Amino acid sequence: MKNIDANGHVRGESLFIDDILTKQHSLHAVVFCSDIAHANNLSLDISKAQELTGVEKVIVAKDIPGENQIGGILLDEHLLAEDEIHFQGMPLAIVVAESQFIAKQARKLIKVNYNELPIITTAKQAHIKKHYINPARSFQAGKVNEAFTKCKYVFSDETFSNGQEHLYLETQGAYAEKMENGCIKLMSSTQGPTVVQRIAARVLGVPMHKIEVDVTRLGGGFGGKEDQATPWACMVALATHMLNKPVKLVLDRHDDLKMTGKRHPYESTFKIGLDEGFKIKAFEVEFLQNSGAAADLSPAIAERTLFHATNSYFIPNVKTIVHSCKTNLPPNTAFRGFGGPQGKYVIESAIAKAATELNVPAWKIQQANLLQENDKFYYGQKAEKVEANNTWIQLDKAININQVEQEIQAFNVSNQQHKKGMAVMPICFGISFTNTPMNHARALVHIYQDGSVGISTGAVEMGQSVNTKMLQVAQQIFSINADLLKLETTNTTRVANTSPTAASATADLNGKALMKACNALVKRLKYVAAEELSVGIDTIKLINNWVYINNEKTALNWKELIFKAFWKRICLTENAHYATPIINFDKGKEKGHPFAYHVYGTALIQTTVDCLRGTYQIDRVDIVHDFGKSMNLGVDLGQVEGALAQGVGWMTMEEIAYNDDGRLLSNTLSTYKIPDVFSVAKEIRVIPLETEGNDMAILKSKAVGEPPLMYGIGVYFALANAIKAFNPDYKIKFHSPMTPEKVLMGLYEETT
Amino acid sequence: MIEFILNDKKIKTDANKSMTLVDFIRENRSLKGTKIVCREGDCGACTVMVGELSDDKESIKYHSITSCISPLANAKGKHVVTVEGLNIGNKLNKIQQSIKDNYASQCGFCTPGFVVAMANYCLNDNSKTEQQMLDAISGNICRCTGYVSIINAAKELVENSKHKGQKFTLQQLVNQGFIPEYFINILDRLVAIKKEHFVEGETIIAGGTDLYVQKADELVQASKLRYITLEQGQSVVVEDNRFSISGIATVSDLFENQELNKRIPHLQDYLRLLSSEVIRNMATIAGNFVNASPIGDMSAFFLALDATLLIAKRNETRQVKLKDFFLDYKKTDLSESESIAKLWFNLPSNNCFFNFEKVSKREHLDIATVNTAIHIEIDNENRVVVCDLSVGGVAAIPLYLKQTCLFLLNKKISNKLIKEMMEVMNKEIFPISDVRGSSDYKRLLANQLVKAHFIKLFPRIVKFGEVA
Repeated sequence: MKNIDANGHVRGESLFIDDILTKQHSLHAVVFCSDIAHANNLSLDISKAQELTGVEKVIVAKDIPGENQIGGILLDEHLLAEDEIHFQGMPLAIVVAESQFIAKQARKLIKVNYNELPIITTAKQAHIKKHYINPARSFQAGKVNEAFTKCKYVFSDETFSNGQEHLYLETQGAYAEKMENGCIKLMSSTQGPTVVQRIAARVLGVPMHKIEVDVTRLGGGFGGKEDQATPWACMVALATHMLNKPVKLVLDRHDDLKMTGKRHPYESTFKIGLDEGFKIKAFEVEFLQNSGAAADLSPAIAERTLFHATNSYFIPNVKTIVHSCKTNLPPNTAFRGFGGPQGKYVIESAIAKAATELNVPAWKIQQANLLQENDKFYYGQKAEKVEANNTWIQLDKAININQVEQEIQAFNVSNQQHKKGMAVMPICFGISFTNTPMNHARALVHIYQDGSVGISTGAVEMGQSVNTKMLQVAQQIFSINADLLKLETTNTTRVANTSPTAASATADLNGKALMKACNALVKRLKYVAAEELSVGIDTIKLINNWVYINNEKTALNWKELIFKAFWKRICLTENAHYATPIINFDKGKEKGHPFAYHVYGTALIQTTVDCLRGTYQIDRVDIVHDFGKSMNLGVDLGQVEGALAQGVGWMTMEEIAYNDDGRLLSNTLSTYKIPDVFSVAKEIRVIPLETEGNDMAILKSKAVGEPPLMYGIGVYFALANAIKAFNPDYKIKFHSPMTPEKVLMGLYEETT
Repeated sequence: MIEFILNDKKIKTDANKSMTLVDFIRENRSLKGTKIVCREGDCGACTVMVGELSDDKESIKYHSITSCISPLANAKGKHVVTVEGLNIGNKLNKIQQSIKDNYASQCGFCTPGFVVAMANYCLNDNSKTEQQMLDAISGNICRCTGYVSIINAAKELVENSKHKGQKFTLQQLVNQGFIPEYFINILDRLVAIKKEHFVEGETIIAGGTDLYVQKADELVQASKLRYITLEQGQSVVVEDNRFSISGIATVSDLFENQELNKRIPHLQDYLRLLSSEVIRNMATIAGNFVNASPIGDMSAFFLALDATLLIAKRNETRQVKLKDFFLDYKKTDLSESESIAKLWFNLPSNNCFFNFEKVSKREHLDIATVNTAIHIEIDNENRVVVCDLSVGGVAAIPLYLKQTCLFLLNKKISNKLIKEMMEVMNKEIFPISDVRGSSDYKRLLANQLVKAHFIKLFPRIVKFGEVA
């Protein structure tokens, strides 16, 4: 089935926040933010701005009727600054006017006074000063110190992986309308409708039932709208609450880049120990996460970093620790992979380090340490239905890793100006929110009396085609034409208390709930049909819009069946709830079974470096990916290809730059580059691993959103290998992204 | 008053001429299919097609632009087509179908821009190559798909829009379900629109690709603007043994000029690096000079061609060499009320070589870290007879390497000479560290790219292994 939104998308008819035709008397808001990173004694002079014709109101912190608090995990973030400023881009005031243009003019008239304070921009600086968001988390297994003493080889080094801008094409935005009795309807571009509802209610000081959040779709989210869609929605809620008119706020790109957080940069140190057979016996790592100025989702992201610190490898003795370091940058947030990529980058760096020092190809170390069935992850979960080896073997069958390496060596011998490099990148990613209580969802299904069906779930459509998958689930169970099925908007009045659309788990959680709802309805309908046809209920089947008795088609079709059920006063609505079974995690012991299952895969990445110019291209990427039994291969391949491009971007051209004052320098699309049509690998082949799938996944079709991003990590090491082929003195820095600057400097660096 | 046709509808509007076309489309006309993402021409989500009458008024030539940095004024007398204007009843057109079939639309925010850009390809191209299709969508960014599915859709369209190797006629495109039927009558309707000239002011806006990125809000409020409406056509000509390029010539005018492509081989490859097709269709060469960015690609390019500018002020004109035009950071020898009317450079001779190099974080359509161009002529003994060499990104202005050029004159090209030349050059350049790279990197890169000129142009003499 094609993306069910495709027709609207290609015809320009799909509605995003900024496309809603606003009601008469709607107002427009812009955000006035800080241009310094750290200060106290803040005072604002808004008089000039208030006087400008067309300005309705400039809203500041003291206008907030409820709590000026938008923190989720920790209560540490103001919606609008009060006395203190903690980062450049921190919202100080909301300017509401008749048009966005006037609001922007008024914004320039606001004057600010403050007492500037010293700032911290890097995790290391914060770590030295013990500036943390929350206490460190540490996982361990085995006896690490003892194991290191027994290792034949021990290596250590430092790594840095930079942040990444989400660059969802649709910027953050929301539109609010006042309803009667102080209620507010919020249309928000958010991955977390319930988060928006809860925080908006808190800010306004009203119960949650006064706030309705409705989400049609997102023009991309990638984690950037999991927690950080909330402030803007709260702002329009606040403005509507105060001014009694609808208010729209859509950030322009510059404001969005400046005011929102990104993927967390990590500075880490590792120590890896191997035996003579290249088995990794011990691994120790300290992660310094640059969390920015407030907690946001950082503690949860830090936790996932620990879960994925050993990637697809079994290591018996591991100790990891992560510090969420508080700095004067915008609070960093969820981004596809949620700390997992940062964790994997370090173990891959450690393996590359060992490989370089031992002068063996990294892939031989990787392969020797792949996770096997019934191994234990270092956080306690038993590894079941492991596909690490299978994906590796299938990839090797498809492309012959050893042969590729020999061809590359031969190429490098006969070519001076161009050098090739390759890397293998296995992945293993746990599916479930690591915070066990979040793993639940609901679905609400209405069958209308004409036989058409409306489906509501807690899933938010953001391009991943979750709605298409939901429709497939319902279609399969009802066995009716797709045009009878409609996916409703995601709305907190229909499906409440939802977890955000995140963690790759949304199709699983909401799909399972939807299955339960549909099955319950089918059971009732079969009862009606059995009664109508005077046969036993077990003989009734619904097949392709018709009622069957065993394998015989009857004269009763879906529409008639529904109508009869309606007249029999049978309930044609069902609400169902699903909570992932089995999973658990004990944060005291830091052990448990946090994931429903794991997704596996292996990629081989080949690159060529132009050693004259320091430029490079990705020649080809071959991937064997574990989709389980994909329920929609077209959609799932799109997820792999898209995630790969984002991972490659993170590792190559996407370079976030802040100056020492905490000002974002990569603050436009001309200074922050994401992959374009020319930067795609010349050849990409994605081979689905043939498996029976996993019952914990929806229709045995495994979660696919985040895991493939991590294939991109291999590009860093493939390029490093190409540089090394040209310059034997090159010392790999484990400092991503691998920009053309780093490549050229590496090509011509000399031993110091 | 501005008159033009928007999709199937005649527009006659008193709206502010300097508002952006995308704001007019979205806010004044409530056509919400055209999306806003960056407002700086860097993503293509706001792509629209603009059709204009040929000089003989016999046909319409369509090109695509980013409507976020184009003034409404530039729509005057033209046919502007948004994604809505490509919809055929309740059906999907061929382009839309192909995108859907290939799963080439995920979140859908970039999709309308791709649809319009691909439609423009289908309306225009004669030879139907994949390269041209990639050019057509080169300015469109997608954050979801990783482009694989989009390229698949594009390839399918390249195949399907072929008709015995010939370009489809407008009627055939309608019959085949590429575009709606109303396109047929647009020609007559455009001819009927009278062209009025706007009152002239001080600030000149031609393509607007730079001014609208820098100060769109100011432009909307400014009272005295002088619009120079872009019209594709005879803006690049050969006269008096030189190439003459009008002040409003766009990069596309260079790109498509056959004579220029003959004289400067690989011209299209160079220009592809600089900007996407949508921007090439709007950006003027002269505008790139006036912006005076030290990293202006066109500046580096024409410095190496030793171009001369004709500067006009009302009825007076004067000439200035491009290498004397840049005075200091963002300062030029252009006073108020003056504009670049024309530029020219001598026809490169048959013994002459030209090369352009550019490196940026992203290979295509990114601001250069360092760029450089060379124009060099040698005699039978490989002695340098003429040399003009420029480097951008290593000083406050786009740099003409005067000393380096002098050093090379009358010397025989050799590996040794190239190494010696580097010493001269390194005394001429003063790169600074910024978001595009450290000063050390820029210096090394400038060295490498200048070497690249010689390795590329004289492969038998200059060897990578000897000079790198």
